Amino acid sequence: MNDLDPAGEPHITTTTEERLVYMANQIARFFASQPHEAAVAGAAKHLADFWDPSMRQRIRAHLAGGGEGLNPIAREAVAALKR
Amino acid sequence: MVITETPDLGTPAPRASGDVTLTIDGKTITASEGTSILRAAKLAGTSIPKLCATDSLKAFGSCRLCLVEIEGRAGTPASCTTPVAEGMVVHTQTPTLKRLRNGVMELYISDHPLDCLTCAANGDCELQDVAGAVGLREVRYGYAGENHLADAKDTSNPYFTYDPAKCIVCSRCVRACDEVQGTLALTIAGRGFASRVAASQDESFFTSECVSCGACVQACPTATLTESNVIEIGQPEHSVVTTCGYCGVGCTFNAEMRGEELVRMVPFKDGKANHGHSCVKGRFAWGYATHKERILKPMIRERTSDPWREVSWDEAIGHAASEFKRIQAKFGRLSVGGITSSRCTNEETFLVQKLVRAGFHNNNTDTCARVCHSPTGYGLKTTFGTSAGTQDFDSVDHADVIMVIGANPTDGHPVFASRMKRRLRAGARLIVIDPRRIDLVRMPHIEADYHLPVRPGANVAVLTAMAHVIVTEGLVDQAYVAERCDLDAFYDWAAFVARPEHSPEATQGASGVPAGDLRAAARLYATGGPAAIYYGLGVTEHSQGSTAVMAIANLAMATGNVGKPGSGVNPLRGQNNVQGACDMGSFPHELSGYRHISDAATRRLFESDWGVTLDEEPGLRIPNMLDAAVDGQFKGIYIQGEDILQSDPNTHHVASGLANMECVVVHDLFLNETALYAHVFLPGSTFLEKDGTFTNAERRIQRVRKVMSPRNGYEDWQITQLLSNALGYPMAYVHPSQIMDEIARLTPSFAGVSYQKLDDAGSLQWPVTGAAPEGTPVMHVQGFVRGKGLFVLTEYVATDEKVGPRFPLLLTTGRILSQYNVGAQTRRTDNALWHEEDRLEIHPSDAEDRGVKDGDWVKLTSRAGDTSLRALITDRVAPGVVYTTFHHPLTQANVVTTDYSDWATSCPEYKVTAVQVSPSNGPTDWQKRYETFAHDHRALAAQPTE
Repeated sequence: MNDLDPAGEPHITTTTEERLVYMANQIARFFASQPHEAAVAGAAKHLADFWDPSMRQRIRAHLAGGGEGLNPIAREAVAALKR
Repeated sequence: MVITETPDLGTPAPRASGDVTLTIDGKTITASEGTSILRAAKLAGTSIPKLCATDSLKAFGSCRLCLVEIEGRAGTPASCTTPVAEGMVVHTQTPTLKRLRNGVMELYISDHPLDCLTCAANGDCELQDVAGAVGLREVRYGYAGENHLADAKDTSNPYFTYDPAKCIVCSRCVRACDEVQGTLALTIAGRGFASRVAASQDESFFTSECVSCGACVQACPTATLTESNVIEIGQPEHSVVTTCGYCGVGCTFNAEMRGEELVRMVPFKDGKANHGHSCVKGRFAWGYATHKERILKPMIRERTSDPWREVSWDEAIGHAASEFKRIQAKFGRLSVGGITSSRCTNEETFLVQKLVRAGFHNNNTDTCARVCHSPTGYGLKTTFGTSAGTQDFDSVDHADVIMVIGANPTDGHPVFASRMKRRLRAGARLIVIDPRRIDLVRMPHIEADYHLPVRPGANVAVLTAMAHVIVTEGLVDQAYVAERCDLDAFYDWAAFVARPEHSPEATQGASGVPAGDLRAAARLYATGGPAAIYYGLGVTEHSQGSTAVMAIANLAMATGNVGKPGSGVNPLRGQNNVQGACDMGSFPHELSGYRHISDAATRRLFESDWGVTLDEEPGLRIPNMLDAAVDGQFKGIYIQGEDILQSDPNTHHVASGLANMECVVVHDLFLNETALYAHVFLPGSTFLEKDGTFTNAERRIQRVRKVMSPRNGYEDWQITQLLSNALGYPMAYVHPSQIMDEIARLTPSFAGVSYQKLDDAGSLQWPVTGAAPEGTPVMHVQGFVRGKGLFVLTEYVATDEKVGPRFPLLLTTGRILSQYNVGAQTRRTDNALWHEEDRLEIHPSDAEDRGVKDGDWVKLTSRAGDTSLRALITDRVAPGVVYTTFHHPLTQANVVTTDYSDWATSCPEYKVTAVQVSPSNGPTDWQKRYETFAHDHRALAAQPTE
């Protein structure tokens, strides 16, 4: 509970899962200007290098559940994650 | 150790050239061509009396004391303005010279108070010294004539006093303001006997354009301009050379002491970052160290709604450790973490990340550099191979073109800005890319050739369009690229930027930058000679921050502007040790020296040294820690020297995360905003109270030396060590030099660094290796660290933070000269007099549309929250853009910033927030509630009487 955060104040923060989807899409969007194969590999490597295991696990679970909201490169990059 | 400072040689060193041989007072000496006789004599051990001359300023020739006789030449020329010549025979002490000097001194003294015994400068007065040197015994003119002895003092400046009665009108202060600081705030008003030093249009120092850098005080040879502290306390009796705790310039100072009392901070002449200059913060704003609000005893509380309870160090450390252990036992190994601080020393930072990795057994360590320059680390490592700027500060003297992007050096990095201004006054061309018309765009004797008023969020569009011009107009340095860069990547990049959609004409709609100006600026950057880029948080703090850094690197490589004097890519770091905090392995994915945690060989090196097994997976970044906290998975945090509630974006979200944790340990000087949510408070030590090192923006490692005992009882590295020991991971350092030895042992770029070496060299710029034992002022000289420089495609992607009918204006944030970061230090000094509150800069047309007048309260609303502050109507900002600072907690500018962040590093997009501005009657309900909340949550329980 946050004493300073009464209900009703405007927020843009979404759930962590939604935020992870947003972040994965952002990463994919950067690599999208590269050839497709390189873009997917680049995005996957970025996720492996900088996301902690729990974040990777959640995004993989999200993909396993349909991957709603993930753009095509992000989707392939998440699928390419080994763990 | 005692460090001796180079004595005042009277005039600056000439540009290096051939030598000449001459005779001074019968001694044959050799000096460089262009050297003044005054300087040559001093170098040879002969002091010629002087008053208007000092070696930080060009020779002036006004005081007529440094006169000499030269055989074969008529008259008695001033030795400060007369250069040495081959075969010259000089006499510095003759009866004629003695008579002349005595006469001059008599005139000075006849209009100078004879209060030496009670004068604040007694013992530190050049006038007094010269009177003795010339043998003054009487003043034949008497003291009854017209004089200035009754002139009123100006005590308006909180830090120094101007006493015109003691002024000898040598103009050293005026020249220091002109030549060293570059503000040109001072002048000599009046003529003849009426000549007096005046600030601006004969205003008080406080209300004038004076920026209180202290250069005039430093230059004054009498007690005319004197630190008010010296007047109050007296002359210091010893001094210690140390490094400033404010911005990333890393100025070194003589901390001048009486016992353990700091009298004044005087910029160290031999400091290689500042060369004897300073700003109002480093020079004067250190009073926070003894401020009454500083917390000196550890405190704990069960719940954050409870009042604080002062406890012993043992109890506080024991409580924190047992809580962390309890949380990890209950919620898992990964449920806790730590944040290192860019304000703390390398050694302290290294120790905090070590505590997390070895004591918490995870990699949940991050640093406040996350929210400022993490994109610099990512971008420059990707393109060049090293997460750091390429040049030293001195390099700017060789730049013919200076491009400043998203930085405001005169406010954020004022001492380096003075160097830059000097080069600009000498003729270097200037390009400024910034939404605001920062001071550098037009100031005395400086005017930018091009100011590209980029719309916040569109840096990548502008930089890629510049690349378009350079490529399509044939301005690429083909030979440089062919020799030094990955050619396949270059060709891909060149084809990419050459596309029509990246032209200035195609992008000007999004960027707001007129295509013609952009083309001209690109041509100037590419063809104007050595070109240096200096950038700041206006580049990094965007959703495309890392992309923009790489776009900058692309430009520099394409034009051959890396690896040589006067060129380079130079991030201006915000806090004193941002570079060091990053170097020390603070980020969750890498160990010191930027080696990824997944690299087994690197991990083995650390595991062997530390005697633990390290987690091979990257840990959580600060925003991810907060997300996990909101989700109930992250329950404890140790925060050293960082106020995430005030400085991180989307205050509501930060507060929610903190409120959800079961153990928040804040280790700081004051009960900062984050401490409102803390369960344990560990009082920290100031930079004056500890030993260590800081690494500045030019990779310069410099010693921080303890000048007084820590008032809280411990240096910060000792406190981390206590916590680590209590957690069960033993640390047994006796002195921080041992920590540096460990850093050197484990970090290739620091391999040659030790305290002894730093003491000997003064400072070292990493990498310091076997191949570069004295350090590396300029990087990538022979080739890029990564091998071949890598061009990276930088597609402009508009931020998702959009303006629209509800939020039609773009807010961007920054800082002001007198304040520093969240203001925790500077607000507790007299610097607050210059900036009592954060204001919202708004263009006159936007203000008029909303019925807002200058000084009115306005409500600033974004999708994240709202706050109120007063308006400052100015055309420094473009229509559609508003700007504010974030120095005051009750403004809480970050209540309105969003949690959009850089795609690569999660660095927050502070620089772009869509907002609406509307008239307001005063603080918002939220601000009022916050004030009450903050008051209640800082309460201290009544202590039992003994």
